[in-house]
Amino acid sequence: MGEPSRDLPPTERAGDFGGIHVVSLAPGADLSGFRTAARRLIAAGIPPKNIVWQTEAPSLFGAESGSADGPPLQLPRAVTELIPMVVPHRDPERYGLLYALLWRVLHGERALMDVLSDPLVHRLHRMRKAIGRDLHKMHAFLRFRRVPGEGPERFVAWFEPDHHILGAAAPFFVDRFRALTWSILTPEGSAHWDGTLRFGPPGRREDVPDGDGFEAGWRDYYENTFNPARLNLDAMRAEMPRKYWRNMPETAAIPALVRAASARAQAMIEKEPTMPVKRDPVRAVAKMARDEPDSLEALNAIIARSEPLVPGATQAVLGQGPVGARIAFVGEQPGDQEDRQGRPFVGPAGQLLSRALEEAGIDRGEAYLTNAVKHFKFTLRGKRRIHEKPTAGEVSHYRWWLEKELDFVAPKLVVALGATAVLSLTGKQIPITRARGPAAFGRSFAGFITVHPSYLLRLPDEAAKAAAYQAFVDDLRRANALAA
Amino acid sequence: MDEKLARKLRILADAAKYDASCSSSGAPKRRAGAGELGSTTGAGICHAYTPDGRCVSLLKILLTNYCLFDCAYCVNRRSSNVARARFSVEEVVTLTIEFYKRNYIEGLFLSSGIIRSPDYTMEMLTRVAKKLRREHGFRGYIHLKSIPEASPWLIEEAGLYADRLSINLELPTEASLNRLAPEKDGAAIESAMGQIGERIVQAKEERRRFSPAGQSTQVIVGADATTDEAMIRKSALLYGTYGLKRVYYSAFSPIPDASAALPLQAPPLRREHRLYQADWLIRYYEFSPDDVAGASEDGMLALDIDPKLAWALKNRHRFPVDVNRADREMLLRVPGLGARAVDAIIKARRHGRLRLDDVARLSSGLKRARPFLIAEDFRPTTLTDRLDLRAKLAEPAEQLSLF
Ligand code: SF4
Repeated sequence: MGEPSRDLPPTERAGDFGGIHVVSLAPGADLSGFRTAARRLIAAGIPPKNIVWQTEAPSLFGAESGSADGPPLQLPRAVTELIPMVVPHRDPERYGLLYALLWRVLHGERALMDVLSDPLVHRLHRMRKAIGRDLHKMHAFLRFRRVPGEGPERFVAWFEPDHHILGAAAPFFVDRFRALTWSILTPEGSAHWDGTLRFGPPGRREDVPDGDGFEAGWRDYYENTFNPARLNLDAMRAEMPRKYWRNMPETAAIPALVRAASARAQAMIEKEPTMPVKRDPVRAVAKMARDEPDSLEALNAIIARSEPLVPGATQAVLGQGPVGARIAFVGEQPGDQEDRQGRPFVGPAGQLLSRALEEAGIDRGEAYLTNAVKHFKFTLRGKRRIHEKPTAGEVSHYRWWLEKELDFVAPKLVVALGATAVLSLTGKQIPITRARGPAAFGRSFAGFITVHPSYLLRLPDEAAKAAAYQAFVDDLRRANALAA
Repeated sequence: MDEKLARKLRILADAAKYDASCSSSGAPKRRAGAGELGSTTGAGICHAYTPDGRCVSLLKILLTNYCLFDCAYCVNRRSSNVARARFSVEEVVTLTIEFYKRNYIEGLFLSSGIIRSPDYTMEMLTRVAKKLRREHGFRGYIHLKSIPEASPWLIEEAGLYADRLSINLELPTEASLNRLAPEKDGAAIESAMGQIGERIVQAKEERRRFSPAGQSTQVIVGADATTDEAMIRKSALLYGTYGLKRVYYSAFSPIPDASAALPLQAPPLRREHRLYQADWLIRYYEFSPDDVAGASEDGMLALDIDPKLAWALKNRHRFPVDVNRADREMLLRVPGLGARAVDAIIKARRHGRLRLDDVARLSSGLKRARPFLIAEDFRPTTLTDRLDLRAKLAEPAEQLSLF
């Protein structure tokens, strides 16, 4: 080995293949320090065997400063993902192993990460797993305690991770407890959140409050969710090793639970089953008669209370017309006018329908009019609320209500106006052009399919409009005859 | 926490513990926005383990353990003489939020005895979830156990707030249901499952939220005469027909104040374990229900060896399998090789031939796998023909036994 390289200026040192390079990184998980050093050393072509990585204070040899940077390294994603998951490992060899990996990947073994059976990859993989497990356990087993006192809630936790993972673990707690103010103390450092995340000096266990008002309740829960007939201590210890126990309030209950378990289980088995002393079964079951709505009114009350599946609508628009109506008409969903007035078929399409009904000899007041979907759905364009077609999912969401509604109305004939109504009544997408006319909806009334009046409004030229309108009126006449 | 609430918690946690599901996995990744509380990671987190080896992930409680039904296997049936309690909606919300803030739990698993009526009960469950989401900006995990007899629109609403819905089948056959859960209706249960399954698929297509972590169910093992094979065939049907995420097998457990209609005995834990293994083979190892049937005797899975090993021993002619050559499907059939090890083997062998040492680094189950595989420097020769192979690989019979 040559001279220690500390006497040489950085640039010359980088070219010194025979010398030992001592790289000193900050204690803990010094990802950026490692990155800088690795870039510089790779750029200088320093092989792994010529580097000593140290994480303590600089030794006698002194160490290279991390200031000079090399160009970024082009690495497979599997490698760049691995590095931050190994750097927090407490094994002092971690940087050396990672550098050896970089070296090999950049010197002809691009796919090295695929070869899990390679001893180096295997070892790094195990280190990554250890970090993953440590992180997972910290996410799981850390317990906050509320700091007593007035003012906004503040929570503090004490945790002793196996590796240098505080920095890697903190984002999880930010994502989860964003609305709270909290601190996590560890023997190596602390993390604090009050809207911004800061890291600070090590904490002490004594800095955490002794207890918390909900801890006893939590222990109660823990004790009672345990089934004494299934005692399995090995499984428990495998997942929750003892070293975590002292910082988890619920684990104090374990010895007593274990001691009592077999006696409790045995007692359950030996005890003669008792006969019920109260709760007469006949009366109880009678009491439980289904309380689905028993009238159209009751159903409408439920619909009126419901929220729109897609937010925005002012109110649910209920069906209109007498129970026992001869014909029921089912449209798509309420439009802008319907939503404002809370009544079906009052907008332009509704007015057109009224006209057609009259021409077909149907008294609108004696028919039942309703929609497949009960809430208006729209997109806002300027001040205009533009109707948006309901999705198949929305239609099925409302289907139960329509079915129940029609059961109460019990018409002779149900006329589906347009494809959405057909979808709701049959559960299938059927093109109107093909299905127009009498249809089966699989219920106790006859069915009939025709277009939705808004379709007539949308036709561009007048001649087509007139013809389509006439066909619509003809459909209504046929329907009327069917319902006679 | 005041004593009245603590007492209810004790009763209603105790009453809920027989439900095997507690997982918090499968929800889309979420994190709290400004002023919100809670996140989901996708994988689920177990926050503690109880001495029965099961994890505590969710606050698993009943809204109430009063029940109008009288299912023989259930501690909450109306004829049972256990202490009763009932939470208010507000109390469940408070417990969930306060426990969550202290990082005790991933969220809530709420179930209930049926009170007043199925609809009333279902509405209460949904109200809890809605309040958590709407009033507390709660983004953690919520699992609601639906009441199948409730009106379908109530189940639709529940799915808007819950991450997972479940309906317990409890008994795999209509005959058992009739005998042990007279008020339950197998057809209603399956039609509710169908409804949930449909809506989940639809919501996914439309990129809306409806029970995004899917639906699950539980079947009780050992309360009736159903065989393992029948159980697995039923599960395969449930996975296939309703797109269930999980079927939980719950060994019938002795309960306080048990019904005379049921066998009083230690729970068949080992059997439950084997069913989970068989279920796993179907979901992740490309086994068919027929394969599982072929691995069992008279419809029952062996207790001393796992179902994959049982299958291998009955199909010795298909082994040993060459790790450097075999396709994925066949590698998955090697006892002791997990799906992850198989994938690692396939990746690694592209770069060179694997020796036994290499396989040892890729799989922790090599000891069990050895008799069934060939590596570059290893052939098991006659091992697979040895008559005592089963005895050599069997687990000690008492490992999971309790008394
Ligand atoms: S309905 Fe549910 S809670 Fe009620 S007795 Fe049956 S299983 Fe138990």
